[in-house]
Amino acid sequence: MNFSFTTDQQNIRDAILKHCSQFSPEYWLERDRDGVFPFEFSKSMADAGWLGVAMPETVGGAGLGITEAAIMMQAVAEAGGAMTAASSIHGPVFSMQPVSLFGTEEQKQRMIPPVLRGEDRICFAVTEPNIGLDTTKLKTRAEKREGGYLVNGEKIWISVAQNANKMMLLARTTPLENVKRKTDGLSLFFTDLDRTKIDVKLIHKMGRHAVDSNMLFINDLWIPEADRIGAEGDGFKIILHGLNPERILLGAEAIGIGRAAIQRAAQYARERIVFDRPIGMNQGIQHPLAKCWAQLEAANLMVMKAATLFDKGEDCGVEANAGKYLAAEFAFEACHTAMLTLGGMGYAQEYHVERLLREVLIPRTAPVSPHMILNFLAEKVLGLPKSY
Amino acid sequence: MKVLVSVKRVVDYNVRIQIKPDGSGVVTDGVKHSMNPFDEIAMEEAVRLKEKGKVTEIIAVTLGGAKGEETLRTALAFGADRAIHVKEEGEIQPLTAARALAAIFKKEGAQILFTGKQAIDDDANQTAQMTAALLDLPQATFASKVELDGTKAQVTREIDAGLETLEVDLPAVISADLRLNEPRYLKLPDIMKAKKKTIEAVSFADLGVEAAASLKTIKTTPPPTRSKGVMVKTVDELVSALKAKGLV
Repeated sequence: MNFSFTTDQQNIRDAILKHCSQFSPEYWLERDRDGVFPFEFSKSMADAGWLGVAMPETVGGAGLGITEAAIMMQAVAEAGGAMTAASSIHGPVFSMQPVSLFGTEEQKQRMIPPVLRGEDRICFAVTEPNIGLDTTKLKTRAEKREGGYLVNGEKIWISVAQNANKMMLLARTTPLENVKRKTDGLSLFFTDLDRTKIDVKLIHKMGRHAVDSNMLFINDLWIPEADRIGAEGDGFKIILHGLNPERILLGAEAIGIGRAAIQRAAQYARERIVFDRPIGMNQGIQHPLAKCWAQLEAANLMVMKAATLFDKGEDCGVEANAGKYLAAEFAFEACHTAMLTLGGMGYAQEYHVERLLREVLIPRTAPVSPHMILNFLAEKVLGLPKSY
Repeated sequence: MKVLVSVKRVVDYNVRIQIKPDGSGVVTDGVKHSMNPFDEIAMEEAVRLKEKGKVTEIIAVTLGGAKGEETLRTALAFGADRAIHVKEEGEIQPLTAARALAAIFKKEGAQILFTGKQAIDDDANQTAQMTAALLDLPQATFASKVELDGTKAQVTREIDAGLETLEVDLPAVISADLRLNEPRYLKLPDIMKAKKKTIEAVSFADLGVEAAASLKTIKTTPPPTRSKGVMVKTVDELVSALKAKGLV
């Protein structure tokens, strides 16, 4: 049991915090107001080679693990950019794993390096309206034709699709009624986001305005066979590989946001003088902040434990889920507590905590809700009957 | 041309410094540390000179405990070719550091020792000067511009009266001021490359260096808190307020 960073991990955290200091809180506030994708930030991360943190060296990555990716993404969120910064580079950092693990050598070399260089921008199109987390029921259909597939369907909550030129797409290649197990018959593709065949509609949302979320309406999209990742019908199995790392990264990012909020609140409490003394002298201010700190750091241990287990090749489903749950719930409480600490100023945008509060609701809800995580833990850890 | 760059691990400049209750020093346990910012500037300058083809090899040196390796890895990620870790726990006084740097400088046959003008922990601003004295070499401190020309260096210095330009024969000791350059942001591939570079560990005994004990810290106290200022409306009011205090 070792709770310390390695030299590498410490250097990654320090280097990221420093790199991100080029982008001030005001930069992120402006992006939140104008809704323009943080191109400068994502390009700077690509240019400095950070996008390949967890990709193999053979495709231009650094060959590090999910632990290092989590440390990096946590620092990215913590530096002030919150989910906007993190989501703007999530695709390249994380979403190319299926190609790296299941793609052919030709596909790896063709698909991954341009993404790591920031030339190709990707979106991850899995979730659909009407099915929620019941993924095997997804309705997007890829019909096999000579040399490829003809795709029709709808996707929802697809980040970055306004600016992406590539997409990772999960679609059903064999109808549900023709497969033995409902998890069979889905296939994964990495292909061009052809805007003549795909209508991308922006979803107006509460926060993270600079990184768009969208609905996709796919109409007769042609995907060549060369763009299918893994065997036909194996798409669900491939996607499953990425679920735990995704929870780990989201958890790490939530903690980063929570830390940023607590830091801002503590600074304000030290400096704000009312009744001739700093408000931070009052235990009514101190205790909620101290409690949030303790909760966040405890959650971080669970997230890092999950990351360590994953990198060792061990099962980490329980820890990854529990870590994401704790991180997101406590980070939400931290942002809310920070806002209350700042009082009225907490509601003003220029103090930045209201933006953190709006954005921390994303890891609280995505990629899986707290309720579904508790269902999972009740069933897997406590042996209780499935409730749904 | 071989150059030596000394880098020190210090409490990070963003940390709110706290004094130990017994006044024996500042709290360093569990506190974020990083490379002394002035040393980072010195390191950056050496790397730029190497990129211009003026320097062929950069050796980073640090003195201190095991954690100094982090600082050396950062230096290697900046672009140092190899590193030397003078591994000694406990306090190291400027004269001791100067003796160790002088010994390494001689052993390596380096042409320039780059350092930061001072470290932000003790702000001693002595090591560069003492090292130059021990080696009997020219020194150009507080550099804001460095140009190498064969066997000479032209160094612009930031002094109280403005700028001063010196020409020094090499080998020499140069210390970096704030405006010499803006250090780069590290790239992940460079951090990965740094892992494969060598760090040689040596002790004072290996270098034939004796630790100096010329300084003793008696007490550390926080600076006095500033009292509340007075707001004035006009220049006249300001002048008369200053006069009243006997300041002008």
